[in-house]
Amino acid sequence: MIRSEPPALLTGSFSQASLLRLYHRFRALDRNKKGYLSRMDLQQIGALAVNPLGERIIDSFFPDGNLRLDFPGFVRVLAHFRPIDDEDPGIRDPKEPEPLNSRMNKLRFAFQLYDLDRDGKISRHEMLQVLRLMVGVQVTEEQLESIADRTVQEADEDGDGAVSFLEFTKSLEKMDIEQKMSIRILK
Amino acid sequence: MEGAELAGKILSTWLTLVICLILLPSAFGVSLGISEMYMKLLVKTLEWATIRIEKGVSKESVLKNSASVGIIQRDESPMEKGLSGLRGRDFELSDVFYFSKKGLEAIVEDEVTQRFSSEELVSWNLLTRTNVNFHYISLRLTMVWVLGVIVRYCVLLPLSLKNWLSELVHLTCCRICVRALSGTIHYHNKQYRPQKGGICVANHTSPIDVLILTTDGCYAMVGQVHGGLMGIIQRAMVKACPHVWFERSEMKDRHLVTKRLKEHIADKKKLPILIFPEGTCINNTSVMMFKKGSFEIGGTIHPVAIKYNPQFGDAFWNSSKYNMVSYLLRMMTSWAIVCDVWYMPPMTREEGEDAVQFANRVKSAIAVQGGLTELPWDGGLKRAKVKDTFKEEQQKNYSKMIVGNGSL
Repeated sequence: MIRSEPPALLTGSFSQASLLRLYHRFRALDRNKKGYLSRMDLQQIGALAVNPLGERIIDSFFPDGNLRLDFPGFVRVLAHFRPIDDEDPGIRDPKEPEPLNSRMNKLRFAFQLYDLDRDGKISRHEMLQVLRLMVGVQVTEEQLESIADRTVQEADEDGDGAVSFLEFTKSLEKMDIEQKMSIRILK
Repeated sequence: MEGAELAGKILSTWLTLVICLILLPSAFGVSLGISEMYMKLLVKTLEWATIRIEKGVSKESVLKNSASVGIIQRDESPMEKGLSGLRGRDFELSDVFYFSKKGLEAIVEDEVTQRFSSEELVSWNLLTRTNVNFHYISLRLTMVWVLGVIVRYCVLLPLSLKNWLSELVHLTCCRICVRALSGTIHYHNKQYRPQKGGICVANHTSPIDVLILTTDGCYAMVGQVHGGLMGIIQRAMVKACPHVWFERSEMKDRHLVTKRLKEHIADKKKLPILIFPEGTCINNTSVMMFKKGSFEIGGTIHPVAIKYNPQFGDAFWNSSKYNMVSYLLRMMTSWAIVCDVWYMPPMTREEGEDAVQFANRVKSAIAVQGGLTELPWDGGLKRAKVKDTFKEEQQKNYSKMIVGNGSL
């Protein structure tokens, strides 16, 4: 069922105008007018297909083995990338769940790009896998392993040989996450 | 009875009017200046309408205005800056942020998918509203087009092989069709018009491209044999000028195609071949990768750039959305088609240049001339997945950064 307006329940994350834009984009990507997106629809985006982390990014839209991406799911992932300064933190009701674009949630999004098996830790093996995606065939296995080892060692505090989410956030304390993981939709 | 007589009289006077005003001048290539007046009127009306609309701004037109610019704020800095600003630094956990941000940006908006939706107009152009004039003009246009088709069939089909006569009739019919579409075409650099025995190469926006080019000269067409309406038109055209048609199965055999084309251009008496190397319609703002097949044939290439003025009508044909007939109807009922055609000096393949480089050179020349942006993406990307070479580029850049400095 294709509606010409986005479903109402999503107001509260993006502005109405932005939601409309995203809805048009969703419809444009849905080439066969199925009403949902498949992995193939996202893979057809040229700039995404050549992105070294393209497959991982697509994975984040299809969690738990889902095969269909509906519009709320689409917005949920994109909401992680809303700039943080868009809302005034003083007004937010502390009882409500943390907004998707908070610093924590942005970091969580990045973390799950690494943590394939969702066990809450980035193992050395998972680190190697992501590195391999980003460098392709340009770097030898030994060089890559030493990079992975060094990175895990630097971040690993409790010595379990893997990087937990807290260790991850700690090592990125000083990083300007807001700027690096934000996409601003023009008014 | 009176009513019928009156209707009959009106019809006959109208018919005579049509014939005098359109057929005769077309045959002699003389313009009565009506088209120019019509254009001026259109421009004035559109400007007035735009101002009116801008005064009473609605949400939709606001969105449309900014959508044509791009909906997200982009940071176009190269990979090095995006990652940290220092060259030769080591891998960090945060490097994924750069790639994931670029990936998400692509999901929200990317160049290729944008190219394939109709170019959004900043000034709203009345096509979505109706008024009395609109209906009247569309009826007139349809009648003229039908007349043109009839003339074409009745005159072209029983034609004998007198070359000059057939060229004249051919040109006349084309001009009629163009009038039917209320087209105004400006030809530039006519001295470079493709000569016999050459290959004419142009960028492709709509099937009307063919019409526009043939109005100014006779070409031999290369293409598939189509069924349906296109097939009938094709057969009619073959009688006028000798074309090169292929069955679909023959098209798959590239060598066969190349051989036949080579034969055609070797014969200096034959008309220049018209080829659109892009292979699919692009929406008038960019020139996609030219397929190299056309450039392997050899011979002289005469590039032609075609650019439509989008203010007057959207000539773009999205073949996966509209079929031929509905597209033609849309074209009939647009206000007008205005376009510019630039003929360019002939180019030949240079020493040590392979077909791909030659194709790119011609593509750049056409893009520059027509004021279109060049895109490296293959037009077939619309329907197919992309090659891995582009991904390798990014991977190479990244690897150079984290490994190249010898810190390991």
